[in-house]
Amino acid sequence: MEAVIEAEGLGKDYTVAEGPLPRRRRRRVSAVRDVSFRVAPGEVVGYLGPNGAGKSTTLKMLIGILAPSAGRVRVAGLEPVRARTRLARRIGVVFGQRTTLWWDLPLRDSLALTRHLYRVPRADHARRLAELTEVLELGPFLATPVRQLSLGQRMRGDLAAALLHAPEVLVLDEPTIGLDVVSKTAIREFLLRLNAERGTTILLTTHDLGDVQRLCRRVMVIDGGRLAFDGGLAGLHAVAPSPRTLVVDLAAPAAPIAVAGARTVRVEGPRQWLELNGNPARVIAQVAADHEVADITLREPDIEEVVHRIYAGR
Amino acid sequence: MRVYLSVFGCALRRYSGYRAATAAGLFTNSVFGVINALVLLAVFAARPQINGYTAIDAVTQVYVAQALLGPVDVIGRPLALAERIRSGDVAVDLLRPAHPMAWFLAQDLGRAAFAVVFRSVPTFCVGLALFRLALPQEPARWAAAGLALLLAVLVSFTLRYLYALAGFWIGDARGVTALAGTVGPLCSGLVLPLVLFPDAVAGVLRALPWSAMVQVPAEIVLGKATLPGGTVLGGLAFQAAWAAALLALGALLTARAARRVAVQGG
Ligand SMILES: Nc1ncnc2c1ncn2[C@@H]1O[C@H](COP(=O)(O)OP(=O)(O)O)[C@@H](O)[C@H]1O
Ligand SMILES: [Mg+2]
Repeated sequence: MEAVIEAEGLGKDYTVAEGPLPRRRRRRVSAVRDVSFRVAPGEVVGYLGPNGAGKSTTLKMLIGILAPSAGRVRVAGLEPVRARTRLARRIGVVFGQRTTLWWDLPLRDSLALTRHLYRVPRADHARRLAELTEVLELGPFLATPVRQLSLGQRMRGDLAAALLHAPEVLVLDEPTIGLDVVSKTAIREFLLRLNAERGTTILLTTHDLGDVQRLCRRVMVIDGGRLAFDGGLAGLHAVAPSPRTLVVDLAAPAAPIAVAGARTVRVEGPRQWLELNGNPARVIAQVAADHEVADITLREPDIEEVVHRIYAGR
Repeated sequence: MRVYLSVFGCALRRYSGYRAATAAGLFTNSVFGVINALVLLAVFAARPQINGYTAIDAVTQVYVAQALLGPVDVIGRPLALAERIRSGDVAVDLLRPAHPMAWFLAQDLGRAAFAVVFRSVPTFCVGLALFRLALPQEPARWAAAGLALLLAVLVSFTLRYLYALAGFWIGDARGVTALAGTVGPLCSGLVLPLVLFPDAVAGVLRALPWSAMVQVPAEIVLGKATLPGGTVLGGLAFQAAWAAALLALGALLTARAARRVAVQGG
């Protein structure tokens, strides 16, 4: 199938100026190197990597606000930097940490403005606004000034603003950053529905493994500007089997717990961290039988860990 | 075009939310107007005429200036754009299918329209209540004064837009803003009517764009022969020329800045 996003040998060097003005030096920093991938229409792709890996830089090249230093990129058949405005009418973009909404005005006003910005016919706009208001549950705060919204509400508002022109591609940079579990879930379910019902192609960066597990059949991992992995979620686990961690709070400090199916990796007073490699239920039962336990929590590996393992394994 | 009208409307509604700030501005304008007028009246008590200005002319200019201060930002307070360049939020502005300068101009016109009604008109009324002012007699000159106000807003916007754009090249436009805060009031005729400066200095200041924000509109209200070309029409042409030149420069530099962001990252 024809790709909707196509990157080939994509690279970006930044020039950074250092030092005080008279003897300022210029240094080139390579943020993205030789990144190639294709995304087919209707895919949901997670773009992962630790801080400073080059995720946002890649996205900015895809949406046309950053010109690649090397390689080529096409989105929806357009060359992003050259056709920035035309592309803007066909894609939706949300930066989790920046808002396009009018801070002092009711959310409704910002959403109304997008009709003229994207030249959406009045009836289409009204219909989509009604739909988005329903699925994103915007109703209760449409009349509230944006500055008074919670982060989760604001994020839902930004998503609506990015989708009122029914873009075929949605690009999201850390859309769930800083959100509570309920808001995260709401946004994930919304994105799934958008993808299933409209076939919108979604490319998102995130630090949250939960986002990835719920949303993405395919993940790409970038580290140090290079693509380290591109494949299914199952493949990611196979490349980097990341153990879950059992955090055990004992009633009193004790020697490191010895139990089959887990390895104690850290002890801090009464709290111990066990890296699981066997059946969690059995390990928990055994630990509880052998020790007086105040609390046990099972922790999923976070994305930074998974990514680091991919590198360690290479 | 519709989109800029909507932006204008949004800005208008946005500023109408700032009631306390508006009241404070109105109070400041009125008080400064009184002080400024009293100082000038003292000056003119010693000399009834200075360079064709009478005491009434000078006090009228004081209140024209104070009335202009709401819509026309002589002090050069930074546009939101300046902070957006510094924080990188400008990426969002470049992502919109709209021209950034037109977008910010529409916002500033919204702000100005609100200020004309809720700052300029009441401030001028305070002046009328407290002092004798020289008002235009012919309706045509009132129309000219309205046009002069619009052109002054345009010049003020473009100057501030250019100050903010400087941030793309020097990283942080706050130094420029601080400098503009002194240059603007002095060179525009806000601190002192330009007629009170020595002729040589006044001649230079009259040619610069800042004079289009206060001195020229005031002289249009007063119908002075010291206007560029000696007529009201000449004054309007002077303002329009600066507005056009600065807008063209702004458009040119916006394209450069967008290219620079695209190359260097924002
Ligand atoms: N405008 C810029 N100027 C110079 N260096 C930058 C700029 N933006 C990002 N970088 C550098 O490029 C690298 C990648 O950044 P970024 O793409 O923002 O990473 P991520 O989004 O994955 O956290 C980092 O080392 C960052 O410091
Ligand atoms: Mg980032």
